[in-house]
Amino acid sequence: MKYALLIYNNEAARPDPASPQGQAVYEAYAAFTEEITAADVNRGGEALHDTTTATTVRIRDEELVVTDGPFAETKEQLGGFYLVEAPDLDRAIAIAGKIPGAKYGSIEVRPVIDLG
Amino acid sequence: MTEPSAAIEAVFREEHGLVLSNLIRTFGDIELAEDALQDACLAALVAWVDEIPRRPGAWLTVTARRKAIDRLRRSATLRRKYETIAAGQPAAITDDRGPDTVLIDDRLRLIFTCCHPALSPDARVALTAKTVGGLTTAEVARAFLVPEPTMAQRLVRAKRKIRTANIPYAVPDDTDLPERLSAVLAVIYVIYTEGHNATSGADVVRAELTAEAIRLATIVDQLLPNEPEVMGLLALMHLQEARRPARTDDHGDLVLLPDQDRSRWDHARIADAVDLLDRALRRGVPGPYQIQAAINAIHAQAVDAAATDWAQIAVLYTRLAHLTPSPVVELNRAIAVAMAHGPAAGLRLIDAIDQLDRYPHYHSARAALLRDIGDDAAAVVAYRRALDLTTSEPERRFLAARIAEVRSEGTASRTST
Repeated sequence: MKYALLIYNNEAARPDPASPQGQAVYEAYAAFTEEITAADVNRGGEALHDTTTATTVRIRDEELVVTDGPFAETKEQLGGFYLVEAPDLDRAIAIAGKIPGAKYGSIEVRPVIDLG
Repeated sequence: MTEPSAAIEAVFREEHGLVLSNLIRTFGDIELAEDALQDACLAALVAWVDEIPRRPGAWLTVTARRKAIDRLRRSATLRRKYETIAAGQPAAITDDRGPDTVLIDDRLRLIFTCCHPALSPDARVALTAKTVGGLTTAEVARAFLVPEPTMAQRLVRAKRKIRTANIPYAVPDDTDLPERLSAVLAVIYVIYTEGHNATSGADVVRAELTAEAIRLATIVDQLLPNEPEVMGLLALMHLQEARRPARTDDHGDLVLLPDQDRSRWDHARIADAVDLLDRALRRGVPGPYQIQAAINAIHAQAVDAAATDWAQIAVLYTRLAHLTPSPVVELNRAIAVAMAHGPAAGLRLIDAIDQLDRYPHYHSARAALLRDIGDDAAAVVAYRRALDLTTSEPERRFLAARIAEVRSEGTASRTST
């Protein structure tokens, strides 16, 4: 059985990655990743750019509807996620539009931070 | 150093969109491109003191590229950027399509990037006016009545999203083109209406937006020729511009269409716009802009208000309501039907609209029709409702005058019987 652990935090309060606090957070996450990897329970995960870079995709009346911003409806909750490779946002949106849930729910498209 | 001469500033404005879009394609980064172009403009102020070069756009492009590379050398991300540029085959100014085609294609790409649906509608409008139109942040802020720091923040956020979410810098492929093009046209029309509604003559920046919008639509029309909706939007804006001189009186008050002095309209411009619209309509793919242009063309071609073909306008509004349903379109349809087929027919349609209770024009239009069928008491109630809702001073004066008229007519008819 797999669990998706979705990390919610206050973006406005996030420390600058270059600051000592930011470094401390980074190191704490690195240690956690190492720990779950050593325990062989790590099945993947990514750090996301903040929600100002998010795009929400829906299919309504068979039309692809694209809007700026994250998904922010409290009636529906995050039910899963895919990690996909795409050359640009248009391709990522096209893939998001094919997810079955786009027809009745919404898909939030968030770029993944390249830590490599 | 003295103030930059007007000639140099005019060149900057003219070349801005072309040079910037070319830099963005080369470097893949709007902010870097903007900074480099600004560096190049500063260099030009010194270098061009005696004479503006024969090809100022090429001068700015070459200089700005050098400045961008200087900036990259100083930045930590140098290596990665160089790789991106290498992968993207940095643009020679000329390739086999000739210099102008390449530069102009870049500008079209930039328009589509700025009007991408993944950006908020406000950000699309601001970004297009700034990067493609060449307005400064301060000018864009003033034009859209937003404090400058707010506008600067909006622009920074939009550019950041383009970069981090990797919004492509490309003309969309054929399947996406119709929808993406309509987003571009919507942005251009918002820029136009912002300028058109700027009634205060002192606010030159806002009025300049109409010219900017027409310039943008002309570019899109050149680059994507024979797109009927692009031609329709251009015709629509030209038709509205042609009537602009008669829209305000000597005191700056709005003059309604029936009362406008039609000799002050630009009839040559109207004729050109009608030609353009005819060419669009002949392609057989009518859309909302072509229909709105057709409605405007009927008004613009009527010798006086009484000669207006309202029956045809009512038909066009019915088609428009079918394509883009909205209560405001329904209201305009009701007014056209009333003019063509009598106030009772118009009232029936107006009373069926239920989402415009807070819209003053709904109540004033309804009041006028009630007055026409002789229901003065209901007309006064509706005029009062409109008066309560409007925030415009000229409209308040207009509505108060109508209420006084209905009252005095009522008194006159009572005393005469």
